Amino acid sequence: MSEMKHVLSVLVENRSGVLARVVGLISRRGFNIDSLSVGPTENPSRSRITIIVVADDESYEQITKQLNKLVVVHKLQDLTNDSYIERELVLFKVSAPPERRSEVIEIANLFRANIVDVGASELTIEATGSQSKLQGMEDLLAAYGIKEITRTGKIAISRNSKERS
Amino acid sequence: MSESKWQMMGPLARAGAPKGPGSENPKQGQRMTGAQAVVASLEAEGVEIVFGYPGGHAIQMYDALYDSQVIRHVLARHEQGAVHEADGYARATGDVGVVMVTSGPGATNTVTGIATAYMDSVPLVVVSGQVPRAVIGTDSFQESDIVGITMPVVKHSYLLKSVDDVARTFREAFHIAKTGRPGPVLIDVPSDLAQEEVVFEYPDEVSIPSYKPTYRGNARQVRAAAALIAQAKRPILYAGGGIVSSGASELALKFMRDLGIPSVTTLMAKGAIPTHEPLNLGPVGMHGSKYANRALNESDLIIACGARFSDRVTGKVESFAPRAAVIHIDIDPAEIGKVREAQVPIVGDLSIVLGALIEEVESSGSVPDTRAWVDEVFAWRRELPVLDPRALEVPGQIVPEVALAQLSGMLDPERSIVTTEVGQNQMWAVQFIDREVPRTFLSSGGLGTMGFGFPAAIGAALAFPDDQVVCIAGDGSFQMNSQEMATAAVNGAAVKVVVLDNRALGMVRQWQKLFYDKRYSATELEDNPDFVKLAQAYSWGAERVTDPDEVQGALERMLASEGPYLVDLRISRDQAVFPMVAPGGELGDELAAGDCRADEWERAKSESDGAAIAGLFDDDGDGDEL
Repeated sequence: MSEMKHVLSVLVENRSGVLARVVGLISRRGFNIDSLSVGPTENPSRSRITIIVVADDESYEQITKQLNKLVVVHKLQDLTNDSYIERELVLFKVSAPPERRSEVIEIANLFRANIVDVGASELTIEATGSQSKLQGMEDLLAAYGIKEITRTGKIAISRNSKERS
Repeated sequence: MSESKWQMMGPLARAGAPKGPGSENPKQGQRMTGAQAVVASLEAEGVEIVFGYPGGHAIQMYDALYDSQVIRHVLARHEQGAVHEADGYARATGDVGVVMVTSGPGATNTVTGIATAYMDSVPLVVVSGQVPRAVIGTDSFQESDIVGITMPVVKHSYLLKSVDDVARTFREAFHIAKTGRPGPVLIDVPSDLAQEEVVFEYPDEVSIPSYKPTYRGNARQVRAAAALIAQAKRPILYAGGGIVSSGASELALKFMRDLGIPSVTTLMAKGAIPTHEPLNLGPVGMHGSKYANRALNESDLIIACGARFSDRVTGKVESFAPRAAVIHIDIDPAEIGKVREAQVPIVGDLSIVLGALIEEVESSGSVPDTRAWVDEVFAWRRELPVLDPRALEVPGQIVPEVALAQLSGMLDPERSIVTTEVGQNQMWAVQFIDREVPRTFLSSGGLGTMGFGFPAAIGAALAFPDDQVVCIAGDGSFQMNSQEMATAAVNGAAVKVVVLDNRALGMVRQWQKLFYDKRYSATELEDNPDFVKLAQAYSWGAERVTDPDEVQGALERMLASEGPYLVDLRISRDQAVFPMVAPGGELGDELAAGDCRADEWERAKSESDGAAIAGLFDDDGDGDEL
């Protein structure tokens, strides 16, 4: 059975232990979570979890049905086949000795990224965007030496305005 | 009692309101400690009995329990026993079973019991003591993260953070445990919170916006189901435990009789449809009868009611019921389509959906013509009896099937409850104990927990003290919770235990005999204790039987005894459960007792790569002792 990437947006109670229930339910079935991000919504008693998981159709159906059964889950939306916007924020710490600093800054500017910290021999760059944009930037920066990358995990929202939390 | 059992649970399962006084409880508005609020909450829910075991971080709750005029506490001898006792109580009554234990080992000892209840959808509320909030996570004495440990096997769980949350949390827990698909809920109570004070305000209703089970089936799906039923030539009702939890037994029977549809039953549905209903073909699956298995496998329409196409029913899924369309009715949408695709899925409570379905079929005027099908199925039943007569030809030996059929004939189906352990004893019981009323056959189906049946019998006996409660046990499983003999003796639970004693872990040994070249690795229990003396040590009555002619008398003495009583029935190790579908084998390819002698077995094995069957009894002449 073919596996495919699913983007799940899960509206949950904003309480301790909720993330553990959601993540445990997925990992218990042997699936690796590719990306995960959590944060409160416009309603402070609720959080939205964006999960990206790769699974075949049958397993994915079980995951979603089981997630819906959790008492702490309000609503589950599969964005995979909808029109949706996906973003991730990445911080790159790039080797940038004084003689090459301007080249790195130029790359950052090309991708509309921000320089958020400058050290003697490195720059920290903040970038957001789609996966392909961030990947393109990472490939270019790799030539200078990426010392560290940290990502927020992807967040997603449907273009359709019907869904409200 | 029978009437109350028929009526139990249905409306409760939907409303989920407190069985007890709720906000009308006499302690409402009083100032009290958190521990007292725990006990007051249980009283508000109408809890009459709590099974448990105290300890350091449960001591305040136990102190509060000491004052309760309403709640009886039953002290188990092991926390696992306490959970199974509460589970047996819940299965027998349809009410929520309640357990109270301490932190750390007290809590971890409940895990198997909670998992057992979860797999079989039994409503429990388990209250565990916890270390004080300030030291949670510091490996303090008798600390365990029981909420984390039990997360995969609870319907929901709570770690109380504030004494103000006690009453609402208990109301939510009972609501969640018994509504929708029932299941166990755990509440972890830190001991410092139990000492804090609060004004007790018990709510009657809780609003859980993220928890709204579906009870009414979708009307369009009900019409689609009715249309399929009207066209069916070979329909079958595949009855599962959901019929019991939704209290839909009478409706299921009406459905079958009105529409001429035969049924097969899962382990969890034993008693949901009366054994003596002619249209009921009884147990199906790995140890189901050949005729029941054939009827399910050769049907053209399966109406699955609160059943989940377990591997113990379907055998090899790819070849299971190849010509059947499926109408799958279940309150849990995650069960529908999980194993077998459903042409018509209906999410809802059977006690509502079945009624709507009967109405729909009958008002459409197109009731299926199933006469030819029913005749065919009945012919199979005549031709393929569960018990091969050759199985009886064991001179001088107690034949377990015969002994259980004898016992069955001695029990009033309306005034008795039978529990089983797990293994051969369980399969013989489901085959040969007749049950006419739901909630009178209690067995660990999903998890298959050895050690369940005996404490479950104690729970059932305390719920219905005037009924006969008999546990069918094996010598292996009985020893997994035999310490509960003390609980039964001390609390006046007059349970009867029939140990089918083959000095072996019989079911695994049967598999070893059939599929592992008789390599009996770790399945022989030669050094069993003397069960009669063991029972007597707990002030039970007890006797041992080795002569088949003395079985009847021993069972009569057992049932006539006032207190708990154990009968140790010595059977041969080579007694095996048949029919049997080999693990991974196809339904319809059963091995029956006497089907295969040794030479045929060797041939079958070489032809089918070991996927088939084997001989029985002592055909190898290895002279097993009796």
